[in-house]
Amino acid sequence: MNDAKNILLVGVGGQGIILVSKILTAGLLKAGYDVKMSEVHGMAQRGGSVTTQVRYGKKVFSPIIGVGQADILVSFEKMEAARWVEYLKPEGTVVVNNYEIPSIVIASGKADYPQGVIEALEKVFKTVTVDAGKAALEVGNIKTQNIVLLGALVKALELTDIDWIEIMKEIIPAKMVDINIAAFNKGMEL
Amino acid sequence: MKQLMSGNEAIARGAYEAGVTMAAAYPGTPSTEILENMVEYKEHIYSEWSPNEKVAAEVAIGASIAGARSICAMKHVGVNVAADPIFTYAYLGVNGGFVLVSADDPSMHSSQNEQDNRYYAKFAKMALIEPSDSQECKDFLAEAYEVSERFDVPVLFRVTTRISHSKCIVELGERKEVGHKPYARNIPKFVATPAHAKIAHVKVEQKLKDMEQYANTSILNKIEENGSKIGIITAGIAYQYVKEVFGDQVSILKLGFTYPLPMDLIRYFASKHETLYIVEELEPFMEEQIKAAGIQCIGKALVPNIYELNPDIVAQSLLNEKTETKKVDVNVVPRPPVLCPGCPHRGFFYTMSKKKNTVVTSDIGCYTLGGMEPLNAMDTCICMGAGFSAGMGMAKAFEVSGRDNKVFGVLGDSTFFHSGITGAIDILYNKGKMVPVVLDNSITGMTGHQENPGTGKTLMGESTTQMDPTDIMKAVGFKVLVVDPCDLKAMDDAAEEAVKSEEPTAIVTKRPCVLIKGLPPFKNKCVVNRENCKKCKMCLKVGCPAVFFKDGTAYIEASMCVGCEVCKQVCKFNAIEKVGE
Repeated sequence: MNDAKNILLVGVGGQGIILVSKILTAGLLKAGYDVKMSEVHGMAQRGGSVTTQVRYGKKVFSPIIGVGQADILVSFEKMEAARWVEYLKPEGTVVVNNYEIPSIVIASGKADYPQGVIEALEKVFKTVTVDAGKAALEVGNIKTQNIVLLGALVKALELTDIDWIEIMKEIIPAKMVDINIAAFNKGMEL
Repeated sequence: MKQLMSGNEAIARGAYEAGVTMAAAYPGTPSTEILENMVEYKEHIYSEWSPNEKVAAEVAIGASIAGARSICAMKHVGVNVAADPIFTYAYLGVNGGFVLVSADDPSMHSSQNEQDNRYYAKFAKMALIEPSDSQECKDFLAEAYEVSERFDVPVLFRVTTRISHSKCIVELGERKEVGHKPYARNIPKFVATPAHAKIAHVKVEQKLKDMEQYANTSILNKIEENGSKIGIITAGIAYQYVKEVFGDQVSILKLGFTYPLPMDLIRYFASKHETLYIVEELEPFMEEQIKAAGIQCIGKALVPNIYELNPDIVAQSLLNEKTETKKVDVNVVPRPPVLCPGCPHRGFFYTMSKKKNTVVTSDIGCYTLGGMEPLNAMDTCICMGAGFSAGMGMAKAFEVSGRDNKVFGVLGDSTFFHSGITGAIDILYNKGKMVPVVLDNSITGMTGHQENPGTGKTLMGESTTQMDPTDIMKAVGFKVLVVDPCDLKAMDDAAEEAVKSEEPTAIVTKRPCVLIKGLPPFKNKCVVNRENCKKCKMCLKVGCPAVFFKDGTAYIEASMCVGCEVCKQVCKFNAIEKVGE
């Protein structure tokens, strides 16, 4: 593998992962990196487990990675972090949202939501736990959880030199910009 | 100018730059965004959602015969539907350049199989071009039209999910206006009678030989030589994985023009290297032909032919390098996709799940999720249209064997227009004892809300005649029961009435997809009255992601509920209440 950095974003369909990937990719491009971003459409989006991958560096060939290759795993939902953690490098970092969405298997009573996910992650990986739901409610809209996590990711990757506010203004509809900037700043503080 | 583009966006851009004026498609993951993005160029390109892939291919073929550069796009299994006209057009040859885009789905992210459509090029005798990233999607398409017109052949332009849905930087170009070629009636060329086809077959064999010579020097095929003992032949997305793993450490023959294969070039490359590997995703399409030409190589002996590749799999296969991974001690529960909260299909499948002795033959769409936990209300899902016709076969077989199973054949509105009508005709014509059901949610749902003949709008955004599955089923000759599927009593009554009816009876469930933009806002929600909840878990049987157990009783997540009241109707203890009128 070459020296490209690999970001794996995971969560549940409808959590706004693709928007975060878009902002992330635009920022990295502006910073002069070669970037490839890969996303999954179709059936998986209907409340299933979804992932996008963002790779950046001097030159990127493959748009996707295999197991054991992500530098950072950002999980928008708690259990999803455990599902995808195999894709992380042994020395990689998990940014995990302390937020539960029961899958239909759990909701229909066929299984229980796993306990001790964060503790299990912390035992093996460098883990940053973010309460994005709480932060999003503090800025006034639960749906800005994704941008809170973008803030946390930017901080974890030390990509703070990029003007993310400017990029969000370009991508996010005008009336939603201010609240998302607030969410982003919250995420940077966490 | 540089722009970040998915492969699908780049194909649309490539069509624009290549002077294409006609585009047709039926939506299907991972191909859908090609035509969605084509609309951006509507000043120059006529684009349509056709009712199915066969129609799309025929429209594009007609446009090509009329002299236009035309394109049709579809997912891999869509090519099966379109195969009939494509095979014949390969014999006949083109007037304006013709490209068929096949978007294959290795690993079946959103498909029922992972067929490798490169074989279609060999089978039908047409040229095959495979890009490996977005830039090539755009650039190779221009070359595809040159090949099509130069050799008088259709071109199969094959991409895969990771090319269609990965974004990378693309350097844009200008549109080249090529105009339309003159059209004049040419009976021997375009009227495929046996006499003309006999001559056409001889010609197409010669075209293949000519194209192979051309492929040997094509700009789409290039050697990256570094003097190594190892040489790798690769194409499509697999090239990117090989580069990721090996960088400049091995010599690579990267093929973009992959049928007919440039066998002289391959032989030359093979002669320069001690060991030759073939790295291709899915089937040994290149390997088989290269071996048949007497060239030694190693391919599927090492590289898997099941599921998509990635850099890690390529490294494991060729270098026997296993990447170190760590797991955590958590019992992770599966998270399958599920019908959305408020989905109109839920009421229908819940009703079916309660019926004994019932067979539900279903089809491709969001409603295929009615076959998942906890509804499990489905017997078959084969392909577009089989919801009706496979149901017909089962009903007839039950009749012949003296069984009394009740068959409900199910498909959605877009699927009905795609290939349900002929199945409906068969049921009536051949006196099938089954109930055809159209789940009309007023949109093509699973692929992300494309217009269809039932929506009254075209891809280009124009208003048009709105066709109603109810009217069509009546015109075929069915008595049609129209029902709101979220009214469970009405839904059950309709199902019972249709089964008992002496005359051929169909059901159309009518309620729009909750995700359609511009619908009136959902004012009501359902909440659980925790004092009334008896913890019987009946409400969980509807399989709504908004309904689950929390702190020992049923709970409805307010941010997800849209107030469809299906859960409320199954609660026997009035523990679910409607709020917010």
